[in-house]
Amino acid sequence: MLIDKKHIGMKVPPHSVTPTAWQLKWFAKATGETNPIYFDEAAAAKAGLPGVLVPPTFFFCMDMDKDEPFDYIAAMGCDFGKMLHGEQIFTYHKPVYAGDTLDFDGQVTDIYDKKNGALQFIVKDVKVSRQGEAVCDLRTVIVIRA
Amino acid sequence: MTIPNFEAINVGDEIPSFTTEPVSRLTLALYATGSGDHHPLHLDQDYVRSKGMKDVFAHGMLGMAYLGRLLTQWVPQEAIRSFGVRFTAITWVGESMVCTGKVVEKLEQNGEKCVRLELTCANEQGEAKHKADAVVALA
Repeated sequence: MLIDKKHIGMKVPPHSVTPTAWQLKWFAKATGETNPIYFDEAAAAKAGLPGVLVPPTFFFCMDMDKDEPFDYIAAMGCDFGKMLHGEQIFTYHKPVYAGDTLDFDGQVTDIYDKKNGALQFIVKDVKVSRQGEAVCDLRTVIVIRA
Repeated sequence: MTIPNFEAINVGDEIPSFTTEPVSRLTLALYATGSGDHHPLHLDQDYVRSKGMKDVFAHGMLGMAYLGRLLTQWVPQEAIRSFGVRFTAITWVGESMVCTGKVVEKLEQNGEKCVRLELTCANEQGEAKHKADAVVALA
């Protein structure tokens, strides 16, 4: 069944995240990061940074850091078992650091299908800001298989 | 780390590549901790078998994080303007990820001298798992 396009424009409940040096240390370990500005507060300070640097893809983790990260997919009546992550795009405006409080404000901006509905695509755009200043935009494309 | 000079970079240039250790179950457990994504598809063998799949597999965003490292090993992170990935295949436990990138375009964007890079995360047999592109501002 095709997803109703009336969901284009749906607002995702906003949330805020404060990344911690502790969490970033585990992210660095998991991804094989060896540059200490990404996991060591002393090294970040020595490099003149206000805190451990948040790496490029960690914005996605923070966007997911809420009780129901796929509430917007559920609201469309889609089966989570048929869901795939199709694309992920980041646009960067300002670096962010452990300890910054970031606000995530998202909206469903497109719904389309390919192969006569065998693949449906849900596009969510999220603006991330720090005290009102834009720091990053995320675009997440979720694929729903028939 | 210094930002490369725009004039010194040509279309077709490759940036330094690397190959990861084989992705293990421990890698996926660590990524679950680091990312907060504890979906059982990546962690729970009993769950995936109940879904008819042979084994757990890597988080797509783990591969994108590897490609992020590829970029930040070449330029300081603040030079990255945009970074996007398409997930094209599943990465299984035991596969090593070969991360490569090359310059495909020189462009001016918002008054800055930039290059567009094509990045690939593939297994050692050459099967692409993720295809990415990034725009990076140069000096």
